[in-house]
Amino acid sequence: MRNAFIEELVSLADKNDRIALVVGDLGYSVIEPFAERFPDRFINSGVAEQNMMGLAAGMASEGYQVFVYSIANFPTFRCAEQIRNDVDYHQLSVTVVSVGGGLAYGNLGYSHHAVQDYGLMRLMPNMLIASPGDPMEVRACMRYLTSNPQPSYLRLGKAGEPSFHEEVPKIEPGKWLKIKGDRNISRTLLTTGATLALAHKWLSEPKFSGYALHSLPLWGMAAKPLQAKQVEPQELVMTVEDHLADGGFGSWLRESLENTPQFMSRVSVRALNARVCGMVGKQSVLNEVGGLVV
Amino acid sequence: MGSIKLASLIRLYSLKMVSTAGASHIGSALSIADIVAILYSEVLRVDPDQPQLPERDRFILSKGHACVAVYAALAGRGFFPVSGLENYGQDHSNLMNHISHKVPGVEFSSGALGHGLPLGVGKALASKRLKANWRTFVLLSDGEMDEGSNWEALMFAAHHKLDNLVAIIDYNKLQSLTTVAQTLGLEPLTAKLQAFGWAVIEVDGHDHEQLCQALSSVPWEPDKPSMLVAHTLKGKGVSFMENKVEWHYRSPSAEQLAQALAELEISHA
Repeated sequence: MRNAFIEELVSLADKNDRIALVVGDLGYSVIEPFAERFPDRFINSGVAEQNMMGLAAGMASEGYQVFVYSIANFPTFRCAEQIRNDVDYHQLSVTVVSVGGGLAYGNLGYSHHAVQDYGLMRLMPNMLIASPGDPMEVRACMRYLTSNPQPSYLRLGKAGEPSFHEEVPKIEPGKWLKIKGDRNISRTLLTTGATLALAHKWLSEPKFSGYALHSLPLWGMAAKPLQAKQVEPQELVMTVEDHLADGGFGSWLRESLENTPQFMSRVSVRALNARVCGMVGKQSVLNEVGGLVV
Repeated sequence: MGSIKLASLIRLYSLKMVSTAGASHIGSALSIADIVAILYSEVLRVDPDQPQLPERDRFILSKGHACVAVYAALAGRGFFPVSGLENYGQDHSNLMNHISHKVPGVEFSSGALGHGLPLGVGKALASKRLKANWRTFVLLSDGEMDEGSNWEALMFAAHHKLDNLVAIIDYNKLQSLTTVAQTLGLEPLTAKLQAFGWAVIEVDGHDHEQLCQALSSVPWEPDKPSMLVAHTLKGKGVSFMENKVEWHYRSPSAEQLAQALAELEISHA
């Protein structure tokens, strides 16, 4: 995903001379193509995330579209108030980019586990969450965000994720993207982020025969009103995410049904259990420990 | 309008606004009244008729709680009618009790400390990269220098040679509960800032000549951001508010307001 991100960013920056990349002294072997091609629009802020996010907001207030790249919780929790007050409240075109969403950095320990980030970022009223499920959705998110500059959070996996689209899909905030399944199927797995691969795997299990699969790469507070209509024709929607259940994606979907409580029981949430917090191991192992199993 | 007249208006309007709204922070506003007056009468290249002019200088009040001083200056300079100040602190008002970018002439909302300098650094960097000539001014409080984000921004600004960035510390030596010295001592402040790579000048923050001379001659050293350490008196101009922590919080009663206004009239008679 990170390779798709940087390729797409370079390509978009070729056409738009206001696209800038700010990194928090991270991104070795990822960000070089941008840094070398656009040295005037590349800034390494050093290991100083509060200033990183504040200066990104300052640049955005002067017409730049700024991508702020770091890993795990560093560009979110470490500078949460700068995101809240400077970026989101002023509605500036800053995209916070975090690589290593979920438990992608499982062996690196709790500091590097991004399992509460949706909860933080979806609290911001103007924030669009972009959590693509595969490299093609990364490109789709990048194209959407550069055409619609706004406060946004791009949550990436790591590298080597499989692709589930043959071409870059057309996406809109809040609109489910069908990955697999016939029209008459009324049970679906709905995922956001890199758990698309996991959910796709589950489809071949007997337990999920007869399920469709949807991905929702763009969502957030403003996209809640679009959900009830999409839940309505479904008998069951099982959300899948590599984030704690509290404050996560499934929790967001259930909240969005506040005015249609008759649909609420159709949503079943598969998210990480808090017992995974503090454990270390490979992503696949930790996802299992956290409860993401068939 | 000259700076002496503008400073006088800032004190007058600030006292009235805070008293009417029952708001806090009058001591902080009086502390920066002369700095803000010099900025808006002598230094900032801004046009009240075109508040969004691309070539304007950018001013950021990082100590957002002292906003009445800036609202008063903006009204005094004609960014909006003086009558608009009556909305300060009222329900649904744009003139909220920490500075708001919804007010004409205000670049950035603050209120949480330690945000203005990093934001200003981003603006100054943008100005450089866009090869523009406008400058960025950020007014900070002394207590605010406790925030680590400011020291991150100080390092960044010096490293990137942002000589189009000017920061001013309102050094009145009082912070929220007691003196700066008894809270988290800043001294030796000037030496610290110089060690961080900034050009530093100290002035009496109520002496218009010193303020004007320093702020009109930036950058003081090539390739270095400029930091003005302005020695001030919290509550300056109203005898019973001067150097008193409680006037960070209290709002003047009608009687105290009358006394304060009488003192200001005498001092400017």
